[in-house]
Amino acid sequence: MAKYLLLKHYRRSSGPAPLPGTDLPMDRWTEQEVSDHLRFMDDFAEQLRERGEFVDGQALSPEGTFVRHGGEGRPPVTDGPFAEIKDLIAGWMIIDVENQERAYEAAAELSAAPGPGGEPICEWLEVRPFLTHVPETDA
Amino acid sequence: MPSDPHAWLVTVAWRRWLDHVRSEAARHRRERADLDQPPPGPTEQADDTLHLLFLCCHPALTPSSAVALTLRAVGGLTTRQIAEAYLVPETTMGQRISRAKRTMAEEGLSAHETRDLGRVLRVLYLMFNEGYSGEVDLAAEAIRLARELVGRTQDPEADGLLALMLLHHSRRGTRFSTDGSLIALADQDRAQWDAGLIREAVDLLQAALATDRLGEFQIQAAIAALHADAPTADQTDWAQIVGWYDELLTVTDSPVVALNRAVAVGEADGPQAGLRALADVPEGIPRREAAQAFLLERTGATTQAARLYARAAARASSTAERDHLTKQAARLDSPPA
Repeated sequence: MAKYLLLKHYRRSSGPAPLPGTDLPMDRWTEQEVSDHLRFMDDFAEQLRERGEFVDGQALSPEGTFVRHGGEGRPPVTDGPFAEIKDLIAGWMIIDVENQERAYEAAAELSAAPGPGGEPICEWLEVRPFLTHVPETDA
Repeated sequence: MPSDPHAWLVTVAWRRWLDHVRSEAARHRRERADLDQPPPGPTEQADDTLHLLFLCCHPALTPSSAVALTLRAVGGLTTRQIAEAYLVPETTMGQRISRAKRTMAEEGLSAHETRDLGRVLRVLYLMFNEGYSGEVDLAAEAIRLARELVGRTQDPEADGLLALMLLHHSRRGTRFSTDGSLIALADQDRAQWDAGLIREAVDLLQAALATDRLGEFQIQAAIAALHADAPTADQTDWAQIVGWYDELLTVTDSPVVALNRAVAVGEADGPQAGLRALADVPEGIPRREAAQAFLLERTGATTQAARLYARAAARASSTAERDHLTKQAARLDSPPA
């Protein structure tokens, strides 16, 4: 088993290639479309739990601020939020699955969450493996 | 005095004879019953353990489900302990285990129909390699289960696996420095290796090899034993290790084995020979670039080696490995002091 982080982005067109069909922001969907989308996500998490693959998941607020060390005895330096950057993360989910193939399969399933008109939005999801322990290989 | 002494004696004798026959018959029944019963105690339980172990390694289960189920059913660990060892929520592990049980119930096969010792050994080795966290040490648990198995099977591969795990285990305290960084085999403090475990492993291995039924785990254990046997890294018998890798290749035909063999050839016959052996190893095998970098550095091609170390670091599968390779790249890239 290996853990993977599934990253969901706020800008639905972010990713390796723009997807015009996913450009309509969620706040311009109908209420029904939004609740269908959210229910899909909940059901998806529930299925992962059923399979013993769910580790954790959280939604994040779109407001992010960049913070850095401001020097000894001085307050942190803040900047942002940067509404235009492409990597605003909407939420994440950690899964623990048999192999990379299964991680991709799960991400693809999540990407099929319904959007406007009930059509799958097919957004890009970023899948990143966790670096963990070192297996015994020195023999 | 009874009125008829003769009749009295006959009656008494008759009764005594009857008592004797009855007690004899009863004793005989007890003895029969004892004979028919299996001996009490540990043997009975051990058979159950083995039966369970084989059941948990059912071919319908994925290897990692098999490990989880084995830890629960055979190891007797709680679901919470197993979840902690794998760093997943308890509910997730609970579902994983029930799912495995369900799969087995649906398959409906008994353990006897699926007795596959090879699979059980692989599951135990996988468990061993999972490492540990929290309060449960999966490596120690795998060793404990392998000991049970070795006591009750006559397969030299079971002994080979236990020997292999003991040899790895004997070095575990020296594989990482206090700050968690990786220490290569050659740089480990050999005085800290557990001599007791090594001795036990070598005895097991020698007995297994003597049966002349060679297998993958015995060969790997033999290689690990040659490392354990060398007083210093420089005194490692690399020629013999290459020989064992040749043997291993005939059994497994794995590109990872071919890669390890190339590194051993590099040690036995020099880096150029190692690089020639590496040429036969397919691209994309994990650690191929790291091995190539290591051999190139020894030929003096340090710039090329640094670049390969950096590339290998980017593809490392663990933090400790990535940091180790990044350090190697930085070491070669830094201008001489």
